[in-house]
Amino acid sequence: MAELVLDAVAQSYAERQVIADLSFTLPEGTIGCLLGPSGCGKTTTLRCICGFEPIRTGEIRIGGEIVNRPGWMLPAEKRRVGMVFQDYALFPHLNVADNVGFGLRGASRAARQTRIDELLDLVGLAGHAGQFPHQLSGGQQQRVALARALAPRPRLILMDEPFSSLDVELRERLSIEVRDILKREATTALIVTHDQHEAFALADWAGVMHDGRIQQWDTPYNLYHEPANRFVADFVGQGALVTGEVINDHQVEIELGVLDGHIPVECDASGCAECVRSCRVEVLLRPDDIIHDEDSLLLAEVENKAFRGAEFLYTLKLPSGQRALSLVPSHHNHAIGEKIGIRLAVDHVVAFRCE
Amino acid sequence: MPSAGVLPEARPRYSGWMLFALAVAALVLVPVVVTVSSFADVEGDILAHLTEFVLPELVGNTLWLVIGVAIGVSVLGVSLAWLAAMCDFPGRRVFEWALLLPMALPAYVTAFVAIGLLDFTGPLQTWLREDWGLTSLPEIRSRGGVILVMSLALYPYVYLIAKNAFSTQGAIALEAAQSLGLSRTQGFFRVALPMARPWIAAGLMLALMETLGDFGTMAIFNYDTFTTAIYKAWYSLFSLAAAAQLASILILFVLVAVVFEQRSRTRMRYGAVGRSAASRRIRLSRALAGLALLYAGMVLGAAFIIPVIQLALWTRDVVANDLDARYWAFARHSVLLAGIGALMVVTVALLLVYAGRQRPGSAMVWTQRLATLGYAFPGTVLAVGLFIPVAWLDNWLIDIGHTGFGFEGSELLKGTLLVMLLAYLVRFLAVGFGPIDSGLHRITRNIDEAARSLGSGTPGLLTRVHLPLLRTSLLTGATLAFVDILKEMPITLMTRPFGWDTLAVRVFEMTSEGEWERAALPSLAIVMAGIIPVILLTWRGDHSHG
Repeated sequence: MAELVLDAVAQSYAERQVIADLSFTLPEGTIGCLLGPSGCGKTTTLRCICGFEPIRTGEIRIGGEIVNRPGWMLPAEKRRVGMVFQDYALFPHLNVADNVGFGLRGASRAARQTRIDELLDLVGLAGHAGQFPHQLSGGQQQRVALARALAPRPRLILMDEPFSSLDVELRERLSIEVRDILKREATTALIVTHDQHEAFALADWAGVMHDGRIQQWDTPYNLYHEPANRFVADFVGQGALVTGEVINDHQVEIELGVLDGHIPVECDASGCAECVRSCRVEVLLRPDDIIHDEDSLLLAEVENKAFRGAEFLYTLKLPSGQRALSLVPSHHNHAIGEKIGIRLAVDHVVAFRCE
Repeated sequence: MPSAGVLPEARPRYSGWMLFALAVAALVLVPVVVTVSSFADVEGDILAHLTEFVLPELVGNTLWLVIGVAIGVSVLGVSLAWLAAMCDFPGRRVFEWALLLPMALPAYVTAFVAIGLLDFTGPLQTWLREDWGLTSLPEIRSRGGVILVMSLALYPYVYLIAKNAFSTQGAIALEAAQSLGLSRTQGFFRVALPMARPWIAAGLMLALMETLGDFGTMAIFNYDTFTTAIYKAWYSLFSLAAAAQLASILILFVLVAVVFEQRSRTRMRYGAVGRSAASRRIRLSRALAGLALLYAGMVLGAAFIIPVIQLALWTRDVVANDLDARYWAFARHSVLLAGIGALMVVTVALLLVYAGRQRPGSAMVWTQRLATLGYAFPGTVLAVGLFIPVAWLDNWLIDIGHTGFGFEGSELLKGTLLVMLLAYLVRFLAVGFGPIDSGLHRITRNIDEAARSLGSGTPGLLTRVHLPLLRTSLLTGATLAFVDILKEMPITLMTRPFGWDTLAVRVFEMTSEGEWERAALPSLAIVMAGIIPVILLTWRGDHSHG
């Protein structure tokens, strides 16, 4: 268990910059998530932290100790960083117990056995010690891989797309389970995923990566409700941007009304006060920001709808022709083309300057 | 190789691994360079003699042989593969693997059994003559006879690979063809067969390489091809240069086959369209099923069952006399040489595979490919091509020994096993490389990294992960190389030091005197060892189809 710090890390293959100026801090005992589309550099980041890739600039520290700096890295086998691979990479010639015990060299036979039992218990595989990897299901293999990485009590656990090869249902259940296991072992963990639901379910801290940079390092709640830029707003959750005009530093007007709240829009360098009245912005409306209200006088036309079981996701055409999304309980089944009453319920105003 | 602490760009371009791979590849190139450069040192009268009297016959014989065997193995291999992979007839399950058994019989064994049985003085002709008055059976010691024997011995190469092609894509191809209105026969000729062409070509080229390299059969049939001519130049003319010149021409033939084989292999990859359910076999009518059974039975009988029974009968007659101390010495030499050779092959193959792991890239792939190309070279070529440089090195060392250290002898390396073992290594490296390479490919990089992240350095990775996982592959590679060396005839014959007679050498000596019965006992031992790889092959085949 230790704090993980990445300080201005950059890495490149041949000519291509894979990571650029990457910095974040993952506090001791917390779970962090790197979230981003494929090819954004998140797996490379993980491999740098694990000691499989060198870095070009900056440094990586685990528990205060420098493990990577340009031109040097602490060998992977000396880092005490556990890794759970996307394909699990279990040793096919060893049974479950020996897989879990692989990193426990040097411990006495009894201590080794105790730790193996403890971990198999923790991951719910106590009865499977003698089985071989190919005899286990995907979810079970995943848990063996986690137990194996946890066994030597590493300072940090890294997980690369840990649930990508499992089916959706199992994925959700297992991500909650994994969080539970990591918390019980009080491990610092960093998980890489392209699936925000996984990130939301697992992480205390999450970073959205794009083009080799961290766009925002924050709590999952803030990533959704207070995205720092358009990319984060677009990548995390659903929503639509509608045009608006800033009235003052806590009010913005859009076609559906005036929104109150903190307006995190940076205007000119000279300060906001002089341009507030004329500042054109785009406001992010999440599907839960627009509520269906039969009594409302504000009307919007249903342009499309997607049935999600408990609710409908309606794509609405506003009077101006702009589009917005609304999440509506599924007993309100409206036809496409129908005009329905809506009202705003925006707790977090997110506005970006027009480009 | 320390991977940590060094930036990838900082790695030297030519590491120890790359140098090792290049050295092994150079070993393959040595015989080529040596034999081709033999033209620089032309002995006028010998060359004239060769071009005037020897070459025309050799080239003619070789071409006829290659064409005949190509047709023979293609017809036998493809038809049997289609029956085994796509049709259903009584005994199909047994035939599916039993049709591979002829691989256990070196062609030279099939050859002398065929002659022993079918010759004028053999039991069949004698019986026909005395009981039926028939005298006009075609002569077995003829071009047709050689082609027949070689086809029976080598068709499994085509059969094995074509069967895999048919069973992975045959049913789909045939159903697609039928849905487009073609009959089954049309579907076979217009779709299934053309689709399987790269596979068939690859198997065919392997069979032809064996044909070009075969020495024992040609010697028994007294059918002069390059291999026997090289042997004669080596022993009768005592002309290394003539042997080398003949070898360089033979290499030309071989290289053509190599190019075709490598091309087919790349096309095989593109051609693979996935697997199909093997349950949709063609149900033959009773008459056709009977014919299929008869056909497969006849081939298996002629290529394996009858030869083995005949060997056993002959062995029974001579075993009391021949199973003596000399026989055990032959067997001991065979096992010893095959053991040392297999160990060398597996060691070098393992290092070569590791080199690929440590320094991946296209340069390494090409080097590996070159290094494992020796399987295509006839043993006679390797014997000549490696003896010459070793003899040269020997003289050089002895010169130094004379002047510098007062050394008195005249041989340092020549009288040793060095040339023979080097030739074995070059010829059979691919046999060991294949299974070890695919074995290491199954160990993903993530498995290596998992071991590292759990605290294992390189030694721990090797002993705790790689060796246990590669054990089966290493054993397979060693077994295949062992049996191949046991069967090997020309290299052993031409380069063995005095007193190193093996089972194969004994077979050669007895057959060259026409004493078929007395060749039976050592042959039977070779055949029994030869069955092991066939079992391995079917066992691995079963597994890969899972």
